Amino acid sequence: MTTSSESNALSLTLDVNGKACEATVEPRTTLADCLRNELHLTGTHLGCEHGVCGACTVLVDGRTARSCLMLAAQAEGCRVTTIEGLSGEGELEPLQQAFWDRHGLQCGFCTPGVLMTLTELLRDEPNANEDAIRLALSGHLCRCTGYQNIVAAALSAVECIRRRP
Amino acid sequence: MKPAPFVLHRPRTLADALELLDSRENARVLAGGQSLMPMLNMRLASPDHLIDLNRIDELGFIREEGDEVVVGAMTRQRDVEYSDVVASRLPLMREAILQVGHRQTRNRGTIGGSLCHLDPSAEMPTVMMAFDAVLLLQSRRGARTVEMGSFAEGMMTTALQPDEMLTQIRMRPWDPAHGASFVEFARRHGDFAVASAAAMIELDPSLRVSRASLTLGGVAATPLRLRDAERALIGRRGDEGFTKVAQYADECDALDDPAFPSWYRRRLAVTLLARAIDRAYRRAAARAVKA
Amino acid sequence: MHSTAAVSEPPPRQIGARARRIEDPRLLRGRGRFVADVELPGLLHGAFVRSPHAHALVRTIDVDDALRTPGVVAVLTARDLARTLTTLRMPLGFPTSALPPDITPFVLAPEEVCFVGEAVALVIATSRYTAEDGAAAVFVDYEPLPAVADCRDALEPTSPKVRREAADNVLTKFNLSYGDCADAFRHAAHVFREELHQHRGGAHPIEGRGIVANFDAQADALSVWSSTQMSHELQFTIAEMLGLSEQSVHVVAPDVGGGFGAKYLVYPEEVAIAAASRLLGRPVKWIEDRAEHFVSAIQERDQYWDVEIAADAQGRILGVRGRMIHDQGAYTPQGINCAYNAATAVTGPYVVPNYELDVFVAQTNKVFTIPVRGAGYPEGTFTMERLLDRVAHELQLDRALVRERNLVPASAMPYVKPLRNRAGHPITLDSGDYLACQQKVLEVIDYAGFAARQRRAREEGRHIGLGFAHAVKGTGRGPFESANVKIGPSGRITVSTGAMAMGQGLATALAQIAAEALGTDIDAIDVVSGDTAAISMGIGGFASRQTVTAGSSVLLAAREVNEKARKVAAQMLEVSVDDLVVRDGRVEVRGVPQMSVPLTRIARLLRGIAGYDLPKGVGAGLEATVFWEPEAMAYANAFHACEVEVDPATGGVTLLRYVAMQDSGTLVNPSIVEGQVHGGIVHGIGNALFEYMRYDDDAQPISTTFADYLLPTSTEIPHLEVLFMESPSATNPLGVKGVGEVGTIPVTSAVASAVDDALRDYGVRIAAVPIDPVRLVELIDRGDRRRSPAQTAR
Repeated sequence: MTTSSESNALSLTLDVNGKACEATVEPRTTLADCLRNELHLTGTHLGCEHGVCGACTVLVDGRTARSCLMLAAQAEGCRVTTIEGLSGEGELEPLQQAFWDRHGLQCGFCTPGVLMTLTELLRDEPNANEDAIRLALSGHLCRCTGYQNIVAAALSAVECIRRRP
Repeated sequence: MKPAPFVLHRPRTLADALELLDSRENARVLAGGQSLMPMLNMRLASPDHLIDLNRIDELGFIREEGDEVVVGAMTRQRDVEYSDVVASRLPLMREAILQVGHRQTRNRGTIGGSLCHLDPSAEMPTVMMAFDAVLLLQSRRGARTVEMGSFAEGMMTTALQPDEMLTQIRMRPWDPAHGASFVEFARRHGDFAVASAAAMIELDPSLRVSRASLTLGGVAATPLRLRDAERALIGRRGDEGFTKVAQYADECDALDDPAFPSWYRRRLAVTLLARAIDRAYRRAAARAVKA
Repeated sequence: MHSTAAVSEPPPRQIGARARRIEDPRLLRGRGRFVADVELPGLLHGAFVRSPHAHALVRTIDVDDALRTPGVVAVLTARDLARTLTTLRMPLGFPTSALPPDITPFVLAPEEVCFVGEAVALVIATSRYTAEDGAAAVFVDYEPLPAVADCRDALEPTSPKVRREAADNVLTKFNLSYGDCADAFRHAAHVFREELHQHRGGAHPIEGRGIVANFDAQADALSVWSSTQMSHELQFTIAEMLGLSEQSVHVVAPDVGGGFGAKYLVYPEEVAIAAASRLLGRPVKWIEDRAEHFVSAIQERDQYWDVEIAADAQGRILGVRGRMIHDQGAYTPQGINCAYNAATAVTGPYVVPNYELDVFVAQTNKVFTIPVRGAGYPEGTFTMERLLDRVAHELQLDRALVRERNLVPASAMPYVKPLRNRAGHPITLDSGDYLACQQKVLEVIDYAGFAARQRRAREEGRHIGLGFAHAVKGTGRGPFESANVKIGPSGRITVSTGAMAMGQGLATALAQIAAEALGTDIDAIDVVSGDTAAISMGIGGFASRQTVTAGSSVLLAAREVNEKARKVAAQMLEVSVDDLVVRDGRVEVRGVPQMSVPLTRIARLLRGIAGYDLPKGVGAGLEATVFWEPEAMAYANAFHACEVEVDPATGGVTLLRYVAMQDSGTLVNPSIVEGQVHGGIVHGIGNALFEYMRYDDDAQPISTTFADYLLPTSTEIPHLEVLFMESPSATNPLGVKGVGEVGTIPVTSAVASAVDDALRDYGVRIAAVPIDPVRLVELIDRGDRRRSPAQTAR
């Protein structure tokens, strides 16, 4: 079956942070703009809109993706996780806590995307070392931290997760 | 930086996609979106119809068929990265894929998308050229196969007709004892390479080169297979004359732009080719010695 | 309730603690509120129509198609905005009679565009998507004019004019000099000449610019949210240009996603959006996208230097002289601070007996320049450090020794330079031990053992090099910064300031200072910055100034509040003020903590009870406001050393190790300072190796994406080792010096020196940054042809 949107408006049901969300958007609406403007999940930031800076990174079916390079319509049928879904209202996740403890952020604009990438990395490689962390982070631009304390925070989260019972 | 309006189509089958491609004017197919979406956002591309291929499950696979490995056009770069088949049978592709973009872009980016976009600096077209890969192009009219050398017609220009889609790629793995190396020079990790070199080498029992594939990426408008250099490499052993063989790279018609003039690209090509040959040879020799 | 503890521990020190930032939990949960996140009922969105030409006349603007585009509400041109603005031309940021009139940019260009990216029209629509549709449908008929891309060409008498209204392309020229250079050079044992260049780059905070304006016609008042480094200046400028009273304009800077100079300006776009909101009676939002940032946000660092150094036989500096051309861009929105800073920064930490520099501020058809992190200091420093490396090379002296022989010694502090800063005050290096910084870093990086390491590497075919450089920067620029410290009846302490938070950790640092003075923990404190309703005046975030200036104001205001609370408690407890201490939310008798009064009660009393007297002699409100004015700048310093590996075949440069010493006086929060230094270094690495804002000969910008303009990424940066020396500054009550920009300043110099060292065999000398691989291979080729066998062996 082909779904075509000859009309100007698409009614979408998206699974975002475990909740079914309804949104009506133009077909050209990017996932990032849909999350931000329709679902009011403004923790996902736009830094370049051409897929380089990584600020808009979210998880789609558990894998990182630039939400500026996806159409909202493409996320139908996928599980989308944003920064708001990391710890919700509860205690900070070890990764977030490590960022707080190790001064892993300054202006905080690139931070949500960075946290999504590191969430994926630490899930796939719970023993990630500095090289693996730097490699994963190379898909993000940060102008404040020089990356150093982001790396330190990620290493500290690895340690914390390892020690967890 | 927002896309201009378009009509979005989301076919579930290849047949539906081909039907749409045939019947709509100014239509484009959307694969992983890592090149096309930036162009849409910047309004460098403004199709009236966008045909999203991401719901067509039949286009994503990596399988062994006889003495070939077949990769579906919508196979994600990440799946190539983590494929055992690729790691064991196509080591050149495995080494190259790790240098494609970043984790976040490999999760979405597809092999077919990279080949059809045909950026001169992209890694995958260079790999396909190295393998003399055979590409299956389908349309409502039927199917045809083309070799990578004919598919890559010019600067970001392929042999695809407006109603055609690339659906699968066939590669013939080399002897398991071969050595492969993909070497590139990029300003930052994950950037498109300024230039790259791919080498595959098989050795005879006396450790002389018996078969070679040498390809340059990023130097010319399309990946450049260096057949003369390959011939010159046959029969050589150790590092005897490898540097001389690499000089063949200096004769190519290199791209010229303000950031990287042609003389520099040629220089880079010679250096990278020498390094790729050297590494591929050592790897083949190490296997031979082990065997 | 009284505390039961008989003897109390002194409260823990807050200043100097590695406190976790109070900003972070929100940001880590995605609950930051940046300007793009501001949502209002009926919000409209703006997109600018920008010139594709570097220089052209605007013949006509046809908006008919745009107005027919679905979603488009209005298309505004200069003529439309003129109806609601007192002037179409932006005011000069730093007004001075020394500059010619009519040099600032227009809110929208009325008849001539002078750089690619200059806005000529503003499309307002129901979404950013439809606004861009409308912008694409505006047809502007341009008549292209010749453009000037290079600031050296701009000075040629035959050069086309950058703007038709200007007499020529020289905005201004000035001479800085002291001593007698002519004499010094005449008698010097050695004179060496260098031609140096630093290229343009952008600031590129990951959050671009952006503004939301909401005009309330009934109240004749405007609410503004802007991602700015100067909210009060924005308030005053919008009020002036819209003909409103300051009181009618309320500006809030919400969370700001980095500034680095890009937001240290009131931009034409901000005024255009405010005007559009008033014309349409609707809230309007404009969020700059990256493509716009590349062509319309400020840039810096394009300077050509032609300089000479005179030295004696021991490598002591006798004089420095020369000429510098600064690329100002098409307009002058602020002043000539970059050029002036660069010119005064050259002598840096060194004793330079004679100095003479002619500076030409040249206009080009490119976007205007104002300070990017470093503000002229990286350029001036590059000049001096390159000259000193040259002296060392020619005299075959150790580079470290040449510096040692010329540094201002610690014993000479405070050292008054025969130069004046922008405000006209003598440049006075207030404290520091530059040589000790150098020695410590060179010890950590094992400079003594490097020659052997380098030799071993060379035997393996690897080219490694070590380089280093000093930097000194005046920080804490005045004229003042504001702070109000207030304890409410709830017990919460609020610090309000005109200083601007843009990611540095300002709130935490100010909270630590207030907490220290009020004997409490930072959790008890809220910091409000960037809100013009919270305090009447403020200067803002630039020049590495805020911990010095706002920090001092907060300290003095908090002390005043402390004093007030104790005066009131003294009356209530009938004890002497001197016997009281403020701690943990109470005023208690020293050593007798059970005798105390809660601050909440004092705050309640000072709030006043209708018809009853206030406590005597303190006035209303448990609060104080201070506008502390620095009398002099605090000079922070740094010494950086790095090790690089160069691949001569590709021209690729890899950083292997980086060690940085920072002396910013007393540290309020070492973690925050470290973070600032890390970011500063990596910005400098961008300038040294990656960031090249490319224009073609017609002044068309070419590197306008993050794929073409390269910011440093995590894989290109080694682990950074940061060391501290703390030489307190006597210029302010905290003893602090600024941080933010200092880390950037010596980086290009240190990296260039290291690359020279790695390629000594080839006789390569770096004279321009960024060091790009193509240029480096060219230099290696040239050196290859030049080098003699003797040089190769050395």
